Amino acid sequence: MTTTPPQPAITATGLRKSFGDHLVLDGIDLHVPEGTVFSLLGPNGAGKTTTVQILSTLIRADGGEVRVAGHDLARDPDSIRAAIGVTGQFSAVDKLLTGEENLILMADLHRLGRAEGRRRAAELLERFDLVESGRKMAATYSGGMQRRLDLAMTLVGDPRIIFLDEPTAGLDPRSRRGMWQIIRDQVAAGVTIFLTTQYLEEADQLADRIAVLDHGRLVAEGTPDELKRRVPGGHIRLQFADARGLESATHTLGEVSRDNDGLTLQVPSDGSLRSLKTLLDRLEDESIEVETLTVHTPDLDDVFLGLIGHHKNERVTTP
Amino acid sequence: MTTLSYALTDSATMLRRQLRHMLRYPSLTLQLAGMPIVFLLLFVYVFGGTLGDGLGGPSGGRAAYVNYVTPGILLMTVAGAATGTAISVAMDMTEGVIARFRTMAIARVSVLTGHVVGSMIQTMLSMCIVTGVALLVGFRPTADPVEWLAAIGVLAMITFALTWLSVAFGMVSKTVEAASNLPMPLVFLPFLGSGFVPTDSLPAGLRWFAEYQPFTPFIETVRGLLMGTPIGNSAALTVAWSVGIGLVGYLWARKLFNRDPTTP
Repeated sequence: MTTTPPQPAITATGLRKSFGDHLVLDGIDLHVPEGTVFSLLGPNGAGKTTTVQILSTLIRADGGEVRVAGHDLARDPDSIRAAIGVTGQFSAVDKLLTGEENLILMADLHRLGRAEGRRRAAELLERFDLVESGRKMAATYSGGMQRRLDLAMTLVGDPRIIFLDEPTAGLDPRSRRGMWQIIRDQVAAGVTIFLTTQYLEEADQLADRIAVLDHGRLVAEGTPDELKRRVPGGHIRLQFADARGLESATHTLGEVSRDNDGLTLQVPSDGSLRSLKTLLDRLEDESIEVETLTVHTPDLDDVFLGLIGHHKNERVTTP
Repeated sequence: MTTLSYALTDSATMLRRQLRHMLRYPSLTLQLAGMPIVFLLLFVYVFGGTLGDGLGGPSGGRAAYVNYVTPGILLMTVAGAATGTAISVAMDMTEGVIARFRTMAIARVSVLTGHVVGSMIQTMLSMCIVTGVALLVGFRPTADPVEWLAAIGVLAMITFALTWLSVAFGMVSKTVEAASNLPMPLVFLPFLGSGFVPTDSLPAGLRWFAEYQPFTPFIETVRGLLMGTPIGNSAALTVAWSVGIGLVGYLWARKLFNRDPTTP
């Protein structure tokens, strides 16, 4: 028996979409293997939500081939709908129903039957810490509770692929961590996750692969580590007490980023103890007084900001 | 299960959703009955004495007028409820849960049939309240049980047709305000027909309009069944108008729902 490579959960080639004159997706390609977490990262207006809306059958693409869960998006959207779950950016709960009624509504639409539906609703209320408020109208829920209910509703039908469009936008740090844990539990159960976020930390924490979307194009793709390696963001930041210290340090260290107003220098570094010691020795030899020193290791922020053409802080580079 | 039984199961689920909404806000049902009741009382107690004499019947006065106007008020209830349906559909379409329904493997039309059947139940309830008040202020129908059943059937058929139309109105409106204005002409049609005065008392142009608009045969049929006045070809016209309006409303609503939703 030959082993076939695992079927990809989602593939897209040349996906395009415009709203009127406004080009939102300019030919993007995606490949998401089954059982992995794929994160689409990008600033507001990059086209993340549009991508999710197309892949989840909500709106039609203008062009491109898409297969989700082995089915063609244009020809067989209903088979895709049976395999996916979607939690959008905007709360998709019925606010006039209670939490429990919302879950039973989903169970009924998945035709689980009365007894099984109730059992499933009770189990999800328990798992998402909503038992106490299960009989209250969803309109009275806090943002975090609505988001949990939203995700619980998505899970009623046991989807194999889950789309999460900015699942933690606007949540406090504790609720965010709770949401991450729920997502990790799903991944452990073999579910494929397609996640959009503008939080780099979130993508770093959860994703196996990250694609960076900007102005409707994918500008980078890879594992979090691969992406971090793409930009030399690591440096040591030196803060001086006065302009004289800054001047002599610049003279000693040569090509560095210098900020005259902030009296700081940024020296490229891989963050290792050896390079730190070398730097300190050189400053010591010249008797240059440094007020504070901070070590900055590259993170996804550097990648992100580097790729989408913004600068985190204006730097004045010495000639 | 077949496609049809899926559609029925899902529609029943969506109807349960609508009924829950209704139970949570019973005030809407009462409001829908409130407007026609105000008109009923206004026309019976303020204008009824004079208008009743003008009907030219044997008794005349307020007692005759309440019998004449009640079928018109019932049709006004249907038209007013259509406004309520358009508003609740427009509001519902802005809810995220509708987007969720669209990404689920359900019979799509069930979202709409849930609204239609829910609104029908709501409208029929409002008509019961309105009829109750009419009976209290002196409405004395001559109908036997079979005629009552027929009248209820005719009203249900008209309601079904107008509800589909108002579902489409609710979906074509970009805002909830627009949805509340769009069906407004329907509320005026009973006035521009035989709802409040006989059409032969109207000036020529208006009379022509009154005789060819759907509410006149609607009202004449219901009046004939409840009060024993001649129905003539109104019954056939009522069926034809209902089928036409219902079909247009259904096809239009379905087309609007199958469009890509505008980004929330």
